Amino acid sequence: MQLFVFICAALMILTGAVGVIVRSHPVHAALSLILTLFGVAVMYVAQEAQFLAAVQVIVYAGAIVVLFLFVIMLLGVDKAEDLRVEPFKLQRKFAMLVGGGVIGLVTVAAISSRDNLALVKPLPSDAVGAVEIASHDGNIRRLARDLFSDHVLAFELTSVLLVIAVVGTVLLARRAPKSPPEPTS
Amino acid sequence: MIASVAVPTTTWYLVLAAVLFGVGTVGVLVRRNPLIMLMCVELMLNAVNLTFVALAKKLGDDIGGQTTVFFVLVVAAAEVVVGLGIIVAIIRRKPNATADDLAELKG
Repeated sequence: MQLFVFICAALMILTGAVGVIVRSHPVHAALSLILTLFGVAVMYVAQEAQFLAAVQVIVYAGAIVVLFLFVIMLLGVDKAEDLRVEPFKLQRKFAMLVGGGVIGLVTVAAISSRDNLALVKPLPSDAVGAVEIASHDGNIRRLARDLFSDHVLAFELTSVLLVIAVVGTVLLARRAPKSPPEPTS
Repeated sequence: MIASVAVPTTTWYLVLAAVLFGVGTVGVLVRRNPLIMLMCVELMLNAVNLTFVALAKKLGDDIGGQTTVFFVLVVAAAEVVVGLGIIVAIIRRKPNATADDLAELKG
């Protein structure tokens, strides 16, 4: 069953990822991106990260892709790009080389560290009752305990980051006023 | 009768994340539409998140990996918002601009 879930989700992820880079129409690429993001959410559930799976669907598939689609529709850039022209010579071959190199190197590293990974023991917990709590609590409770105790400063700083992002985007995307209004005198 | 089916181990997830990251890299390098380049950056971020979650599971009761993924999600959302704002500003000035057309600073 786990194998079946893994294969299905992996197929979703890879189909979507390849779709993003080969579809010439931006809307199709955005929809392929949704497929990939859902596949990653399935992987999160399979890895017992239920909260992150929900956040993945809500934030990524719900908000970010909708934002992409909004920009595509709003700007009218939804014209298909001709992918057969290659503006720079050797660019695609070089990109394939870099991508293949990344995949190959990381895969070799992951496979060669497989034996070490099998030896990994769960980290010792500093509190005596922590293991007991952790094994009985759900995913959300554990995540909240970690987030609001050890990382509470970083969590508060993310709110500052989001406010700065929103204000900056409004400033960037705002249409500059045509001409300053004439003083009435 | 199903005797012993292989169970996906952490290494499988790591390899899958590596492939996803590589596909995203190729996309950033090949595509010229800035919107699609941003989408490919999202693919790469998701690949890294997948590794974090897989290793957090592998390390047993350690939830720190999932906390990191949470922060990566927040930063990714902020990054997309600012990136799309920049793209809107660029395309207002130059309709149908690709990544190659932005060469004002070239000497």
